[in-house]
Amino acid sequence: MKTQKTYLDTVYRDGAIWNLSVMVLLFLFPVAVALIFSAVPDWHGLALGLLATAPMYWAVAVVETVTYVPMLGAGGSYLSFVTGNIANLKLPCALNALEQAGVKANSEEGEVVSTIAIAVSSIVTTLIIALGVVLIVPLTPLLSAPALEPAFAQILPALFGGLGVVFVSKNWKLAVAPVVLMLALFIFVPALNAGTVGIMVPVSVLFTLGVSRILYKKGVL
Amino acid sequence: MEFSTNSPILFVLVGILIAAVLAQSVFFLCKALRRAKQLGMDTAKLKKTVTTAAVFTIAPAVAIVISVITLSKDLGLPLPWLRLSVVGSMSYETIAATNAESAMGLTFGRAGALSAQQYVTIALVMTISIMVGIWLVPLLCRKLQNGMISMEKRDKKWGDIFQNALFIGMIAAFLGYVFCDFSTVFHGDTSGLVPVCVMFVSAAVMALAGLAVKTLKWHWISDYALPVSLVAGMAAAIPITAWLG
Repeated sequence: MKTQKTYLDTVYRDGAIWNLSVMVLLFLFPVAVALIFSAVPDWHGLALGLLATAPMYWAVAVVETVTYVPMLGAGGSYLSFVTGNIANLKLPCALNALEQAGVKANSEEGEVVSTIAIAVSSIVTTLIIALGVVLIVPLTPLLSAPALEPAFAQILPALFGGLGVVFVSKNWKLAVAPVVLMLALFIFVPALNAGTVGIMVPVSVLFTLGVSRILYKKGVL
Repeated sequence: MEFSTNSPILFVLVGILIAAVLAQSVFFLCKALRRAKQLGMDTAKLKKTVTTAAVFTIAPAVAIVISVITLSKDLGLPLPWLRLSVVGSMSYETIAATNAESAMGLTFGRAGALSAQQYVTIALVMTISIMVGIWLVPLLCRKLQNGMISMEKRDKKWGDIFQNALFIGMIAAFLGYVFCDFSTVFHGDTSGLVPVCVMFVSAAVMALAGLAVKTLKWHWISDYALPVSLVAGMAAAIPITAWLG
């Protein structure tokens, strides 16, 4: 137990150093561009742009942090919140890795496997994007081809179809109520769409936790 | 220096930032691998984790490259390259860029050549808006993880169920999202069925892989079942879209 604490402690320490350093570096990008090109921001545009964007993003970030950190583990969280694309890439990748390795997410082995999967995924993503930028001229007509457009437009259904089979079949008693609720909401509430799925994740998670607590107390699980 | 959204100096700045983030990934990978060794975890299993994660990432990463291409029409290449390699995602960045541009009287997708002032303003809006998660994780991660550990200590079975419920809740939300355009069917438009059919193709491929593992003992299939079901679903989307619209 002591060893586990020590490893996690170093993850918290290193993660904080890395994340805060990256944050400073990211902020330096617009500052550096402003200095190099002697450009002062359009303060009015900046204020209006932030007013339209920041409150929503900040609220979503708080909810995402509380929702995703317990799923991603410590190391996976520090990395995922820096490299982005959590729900559509990092989390499914970690879930698949945990499943393949046959370890529980809340064990130390799970923490390690999740971190490895997310780190590898981040490295591969960064390299592929960099390659895409280098080869943008020959790649643009290929990747923007109308014939391929439907394939990339349907990446989330293709991803969660496979993932759903694995997790729903293993936890079907847990899954019935939230899946039925989410299907009903998304089908019959027109306001729910691709843009609001991020907001619905914590709603669904809270509902699932409530249902599973009731089922657990009743001895169904 | 004359400004252009594709100025070489911007590529250099972005390259440095991305190298730093790449270094963070490599650092955590090495740290986790070292810990795995100390825990006596099976090396073959770890190699499989690395390979599977890499293979699984390819198709979604290519989709991100397409997002970079889409955003580069307005913002040039360096800024979308940065935003989609670090923190961002297509939907977040598009909304942030659209809001920043419209705040300056521009229209996203038809902004034309941006001035340095407009570019800096857009970059600031995108950066400040998205940064919360990066500093909030160091602030909350330990508390959240400790909460999970103490729950596990109090009641191990409930700890396991809690963890599974988190995953199922997240997956249920995305399964619901697949049906978000389903109601178009009630008005005679079948296009809302496309994501549903794609999901079923992917699910069927995954179920077949599971069956092959169970009945034929082809355990190697399980390593690549998710990436294969993902690609099969994406490939099926092409004829399904042509058929249903």
